[in-house]
Amino acid sequence: MGELLRVDDLRTYFYTEAGVVKAVDGVSFVANEGEPLGLVGESGSGKTVTVLAAMGIVSRPGKIVSGKIFFKGEELDHKSEKEMRKIRGKKIGYVSQDPNSSLDPLFTVGNQLVEVIRTHFEDTKDQAWDKGVKLLKLVGIPEADTRMRSYPHELSGGMKQRVAIARALAGEPELLVADEPTTNLDVTIQAQVLDLLKTLGKQLNMSLILITHDMGLIAEMTKRVVVLYAGKVAEEASTLEVFQTPKHPYTAALLASVPRLDRKEVLVPIGGGIPNLITPPSGCRFHPRCAYAKQICIDQIPPLEESGQRRLVACHRWKEIDLRRKA
Amino acid sequence: MPEALVEVQDLVKYFPVYQRGVLLKKKVGDVHAIDNVSFKVGRGETLGLVGESGCGKTTTGKVMLDLETGDSGKVLFEGKEVHESLKKAPRSEKLALRRSMQMVFQNPYGSLDPRMTVFDIISEPFVIHKHIPHVEWKDRVYSLLKLVGLEEYHAERYPHEFSGGQRQRISIARALATEPKFIVADEPVSSLDVSIRAQILNLLEDLQKKTGISFLYISHDLSSVRQVSQFVAVMYLGKIFEYAPVNQVFDKPLNPYTMALLSAVPIPDPVRQTKRIILPGDVPSPVNPPSGCRFHPRCPYAAEVCKTDEPPLRELGSGHLVACHFAEKFA
Repeated sequence: MGELLRVDDLRTYFYTEAGVVKAVDGVSFVANEGEPLGLVGESGSGKTVTVLAAMGIVSRPGKIVSGKIFFKGEELDHKSEKEMRKIRGKKIGYVSQDPNSSLDPLFTVGNQLVEVIRTHFEDTKDQAWDKGVKLLKLVGIPEADTRMRSYPHELSGGMKQRVAIARALAGEPELLVADEPTTNLDVTIQAQVLDLLKTLGKQLNMSLILITHDMGLIAEMTKRVVVLYAGKVAEEASTLEVFQTPKHPYTAALLASVPRLDRKEVLVPIGGGIPNLITPPSGCRFHPRCAYAKQICIDQIPPLEESGQRRLVACHRWKEIDLRRKA
Repeated sequence: MPEALVEVQDLVKYFPVYQRGVLLKKKVGDVHAIDNVSFKVGRGETLGLVGESGCGKTTTGKVMLDLETGDSGKVLFEGKEVHESLKKAPRSEKLALRRSMQMVFQNPYGSLDPRMTVFDIISEPFVIHKHIPHVEWKDRVYSLLKLVGLEEYHAERYPHEFSGGQRQRISIARALATEPKFIVADEPVSSLDVSIRAQILNLLEDLQKKTGISFLYISHDLSSVRQVSQFVAVMYLGKIFEYAPVNQVFDKPLNPYTMALLSAVPIPDPVRQTKRIILPGDVPSPVNPPSGCRFHPRCPYAAEVCKTDEPPLRELGSGHLVACHFAEKFA
């Protein structure tokens, strides 16, 4: 199991008129080959910014303040824009949340695929076109030949997301980053896209980083999870461990607040709201909403400690509190 | 089921589709938003209305409150025809009917006037309905704020000062200001963050326990429907496919569409993964819905009869209504 993407103490701030938004504040994790990784958190937890920074596409007023990013052991942050363009798409594919805004409405599906293919490979236009047709077939689009000539607005939401996935696959990446790939889709279409991502991963031997707020998707699609809260890692562990023995109160609270399809249970909401990242709470950023908070949580930032084999947790009290769910 | 508070009978609503010509618009078809839908909402109960986008759930809610006019069919509220009453009855009766039915909208960022304070927003129904004497407004607004879990000092603030979850609480307080018996809640949690959704779902349940109010809970999120509803209606392309007590729909669905819908929802438990039924294709256009059973092009069990004959909504077992030719097979 080789290491693919390593993010080391990444800090990405946004310099806005209202103040400095510390969107990502010291995030580290490793994505391994063949071990689908989930980044989970609510809006504003920094999940998207983390991967955008890893690919070097944070735009102003955002700035990577510090941290190191490695892809297969190679450091990325000293690379020039020209070199980065070869890595983006060729090594790391990216599927964004909203296919309506990620596809260019003025170009046909074919144009957009050919553009990516010809950026990464020395193909003639015809060769690239044929490859595009193959990609559309791969992602399960019927009548791929005619669809190449369609404009995005002629396709349904599910189809557009398939095209976006095809485009992300065009460079034959080793790692696919899918940022909430199904949030905008209907449930039955979501099922299709999830199934597609799973089979493609196996077929193309491609690893996955899935960004989502849906614990259901995490349970189904990933083997390893990084739980983010307000720009910091709260917990990192295998998916099974996160669901069975959460060690961070936020992880446990998140699990207890999601309604379930297979049974009705009492929902325990997390009080309060997501903190403002210009003036984040002192100490542990979760303390104002945490049922277990003590004085130390207000005063000191909890370090990310090892709490078991390949398990990390950032909580002062993880040893004392028992968060196991009564099933 | 207890006595029905709201009853929908054979409701039909089409939206015409026009093609713009040089001078005139030409009608080219209809969007079949609601096609012959009947159901009841019991007193003090919640009916969950689920379906994918474009299946007609929101339109159904709007027609029930007479915010849209149905083409045919009836909506009865406590036995009275809503549309007729609102057209013909004397003003006092109209207002009384409006007062007893309210709506909570999906997007709390769009449903609250940014130039009004929370106090003005919640007390506006008092201005219209005059059911509360002016001297009591303040107390009433404060008690409503408390009921939805906000504080008195919030009354002087403007909507932009609140988070999404708090805004949704404000719009629930506004709906409650008229002391309604029935609220249509249209996707009230879908624009909120996960940790906040549970707060609002619990609030709806608490309110029902305290005030005996009935809800039509419209949502595409099946897990939240299970959480708050006693009965569930599943809609597909303007038709009700299944209608039963909540546990029957979730534990023993009889319509293949319901089954696929349920199996499509990821379960937040890595050990309990179920086999997924993957439907081919997209939801067909409601302008030209498929013949026979509208689900037949995507249904794994479709037979010849499904292409030609539309399955009626029939009862199978106690109070379990289902529209499928082969429902017995799944029982």
